[in-house]
Amino acid sequence: MSLGFLTDWAHQLPILLDGLRTSLALTVVSLLVGLPLSLAFALAVLSRRTAVRLPALAVVEFGRGVPALVMLQLVYFGLPQVKLSLESFAAAAVGLGYVSGAYMSEIVRAGLRAVPAGQFEAARASGLNLIDEYRYVVLPQALRIALPPLLGFAIVLFQATSLAFAVAVPELLSKAYAVGSATFGYLEVLSLAGIVYAAVVVPSAIGVRALERRLSRLST
Amino acid sequence: MSALDHLTVLLRGVPMTLAVTAGALALGAVLGLPVMLLATRSPWRPVRGAVRLVVDLVRGVPPIVWIFILYYGLAEHVVRLEPLTASILGLGLISSAHLAEVYRSGILSVDAGQWAAARALGLGEARLFVDVIAPQALRIAVPPAATFALNLLKDSAIASVLGVTDVAYQANHEAQTSFDTLTLYLLAGVLYIVLGLPMAVLSRRVDRRLSAGLAR
Repeated sequence: MSLGFLTDWAHQLPILLDGLRTSLALTVVSLLVGLPLSLAFALAVLSRRTAVRLPALAVVEFGRGVPALVMLQLVYFGLPQVKLSLESFAAAAVGLGYVSGAYMSEIVRAGLRAVPAGQFEAARASGLNLIDEYRYVVLPQALRIALPPLLGFAIVLFQATSLAFAVAVPELLSKAYAVGSATFGYLEVLSLAGIVYAAVVVPSAIGVRALERRLSRLST
Repeated sequence: MSALDHLTVLLRGVPMTLAVTAGALALGAVLGLPVMLLATRSPWRPVRGAVRLVVDLVRGVPPIVWIFILYYGLAEHVVRLEPLTASILGLGLISSAHLAEVYRSGILSVDAGQWAAARALGLGEARLFVDVIAPQALRIAVPPAATFALNLLKDSAIASVLGVTDVAYQANHEAQTSFDTLTLYLLAGVLYIVLGLPMAVLSRRVDRRLSAGLAR
């Protein structure tokens, strides 16, 4: 086997790294959309009022149950039916942001549940109003518990940005596919794309695992 | 066209969606076993480390990238796979890595005393594993495996990108000639949720029965 593919890779890598930037940007923007959503979903699902809880549950279950690919297509090709046309990147951020919000709301909810009841009572006994109770007492503790699984989800989300290929976002996979169809060297460039994805995902996953171990040691 | 007409079209994609999911799950369930055994029980440390690295690498690459490598990448020089075959192989490969993890954590959660007891009874390694450890490990592994199957059902939609005529494909195909695209995609989304329901319910029920059985 010749090593000619290495010189090809050297030419292709800058193009793919350009796509990687878009993938990372999409990850960050989707997280920025998803995090506030997840908090709102979690609080709504925990609400005692059925009129709040049931619709919130439906919204969360739809976000978690629908394939991410279908959600992206729903936003990009579906929403124009109700006169809501978004360009590729925005559509992908909205679709992945909603899916993330739904998934992360489960993580945030578990975090909220893990805060001892005494903390809520103590906050109320100290005369804090509901907003301050959550802002200063409950959320800092809940989010700390939720941090490692949230970071773990961010890695999954980064991988899911590859689905934005289907709605024409110029991310890493789209760039690789374009190079492949121009040169008819799909195997080379798609393998390189796979390596770039793994080069981001594998070290991040190891980092999250290490953080998880450290936090669990600190808390005991 | 009414929502009912749309639904009829989408339902035509159900067999393919189930075929991709079941095919990948079966492949992953079978391949996952040797992968797990090599990663945990190989007497050679470098083998264990190498297999774990490969598992991490396989899981580090997004499913759609794997499927593209198999479909477009191999077609040039190696072998021209059908879209359905490429999808099942790609998702099956990833499933084997994930299910190996599921098996591994199942085995790890079997009480250490069970190994000691089986050895004390004089069971050989193979009998020990098949008769004592595996039945207990499998019971523990069922709920996470069901959750994984649910995720796999959703990932199977990726096959539509290659032209496998599953539910997502039917939605996209119909959307090209229809005005109520939103209705179509909403229906397709609900259809995926409904298809996943048996697995979701099963995983929860098994979960409860198992924890009842294991409660002391």
